[in-house]
Amino acid sequence: MTVQIAGVASTPFGKHPDSSTRELFTDAALEALEDASLSVHDIETLYVGNFVGDVTDDQAHVGAMVADYLGARQAASMRIESACASASSAARSGVQAIESGDADVALVGGVEMMSASGIGEITDALANAADNEYENEAGLTFPGIYALMAQTYMNEFDASQEDLAAVAVKNYENGVSNPLAQRQEETDVESVLESPPIATPLNLQDCCPITDGASAAVLVSERYADEHGLGTTVEFAGSGQSSDSLALQDRRDLSRTRAAERAAETAYERADVGPDDIDVVELHDCFTIAEILAVESLGFFERGEGTRGALEGETAADGRIPVNTSGGLLAKGHPVGATGVAQLVEITKQLEGRHPNQLDDPTVGLTHTVGGSGASCVVNVLRTGGA
Amino acid sequence: MQPWFIDFAEGIDDGEPVYLACEECGSTALPPRTVCPECGTRTLEERSLSETAAVTASTRIFSTIPAYADETPYTVGIATFDEGVKLTGQLRDADEVELGETVTVGVEQRGNDGWLVTFSPTG
Repeated sequence: MTVQIAGVASTPFGKHPDSSTRELFTDAALEALEDASLSVHDIETLYVGNFVGDVTDDQAHVGAMVADYLGARQAASMRIESACASASSAARSGVQAIESGDADVALVGGVEMMSASGIGEITDALANAADNEYENEAGLTFPGIYALMAQTYMNEFDASQEDLAAVAVKNYENGVSNPLAQRQEETDVESVLESPPIATPLNLQDCCPITDGASAAVLVSERYADEHGLGTTVEFAGSGQSSDSLALQDRRDLSRTRAAERAAETAYERADVGPDDIDVVELHDCFTIAEILAVESLGFFERGEGTRGALEGETAADGRIPVNTSGGLLAKGHPVGATGVAQLVEITKQLEGRHPNQLDDPTVGLTHTVGGSGASCVVNVLRTGGA
Repeated sequence: MQPWFIDFAEGIDDGEPVYLACEECGSTALPPRTVCPECGTRTLEERSLSETAAVTASTRIFSTIPAYADETPYTVGIATFDEGVKLTGQLRDADEVELGETVTVGVEQRGNDGWLVTFSPTG
């Protein structure tokens, strides 16, 4: 009994000053339901990822709020929070609800409204994913945390700022053809290096933007898809989630993300695939260094060789292992609590053959979503194969 | 700010910093842990920590949270003690620091009950 993906949708990512958490999520959810040919009354379980809403909106209880405004009051609803990995955790939970037999139809997604807050306020809110006492009180920001990881990596493996910038250049280029992406313009290595410093060695274009956005996916049991003739063609193949120390200082190796390694191992095992079987990847490039660490954690490159991906075109859309054909977080944008399902939306479109950056017949895709500096990581694997 | 961190910071301020060592597996950690994160036993013993450490990584921060908005740019680093634990702190008396450089670990009081860990190069 597999879990099928019946419909997916993301709103445009960027600024939505006239919308709100409840409205933006409803937009994505209704589009995903329409894509699935199902109605709001079919939803039995609703899990929504949201990270900073209770800080930016003074509004918690987001699960019930979005179920209410979606017209799905019958659903068991819950907000799932694991920082930037919230929506990926919500998707896992939806899969588990169906696999357990508790539900046949689960709506999973995420939403974040970030642009209305000032840069200081939103940086403060995002910092809640870090260790408040040991990191925030020392004035260490999120870009700062990743900057420490970047510096460590660059020293250890003789990598340069140019090597990091190559990741931004690739992902910006992919974002150009994604109509939902926040940044739809190319950049070059020089522009990345000349963009304002945020936390050395990371510059502005090494960092994902502040984004409003929502994403949703309708998950159904194989039996339900069959009985209702939904014609699904993509299924959940496996999932893994793991944790690591909350604070970066408590890791033996600052440039290694062990939660990602463990989550990937579990997801590969459950999906009965390995890194060589993956045709398309959406991974958590909140900063350029994050993509380099991720391609190593996921087993696509040996440790210390992740820079090769963007530099030598191996992770380009026409490369050996295409990474972030959507533009990734760097170009597509990063509405934190929505990102994990936004990644699943992109992979589903690739496997269904309707992606704006369509690859040649991919059959297995993977998403990788990181919470904080790597204290949470979720890896989900999808593959073609319908009910 | 949590009471455990105030205790930890006051320990540094008094010249009596502490860390935790596991009697079972020998791994080390910073408070307030009850369980050893490596082996899962509850055999952590409080021991006194060195007052200097070596810089493992550092970054100069130009864009920050409101609490530090008026102080940019400033440098934050992670330093490693001989005992094995690592700690995050803000650099004092210099803008840049070499990796491996020895720093004296201190604290500064911020506001009513806030404490900030600081690193000052010994050289």
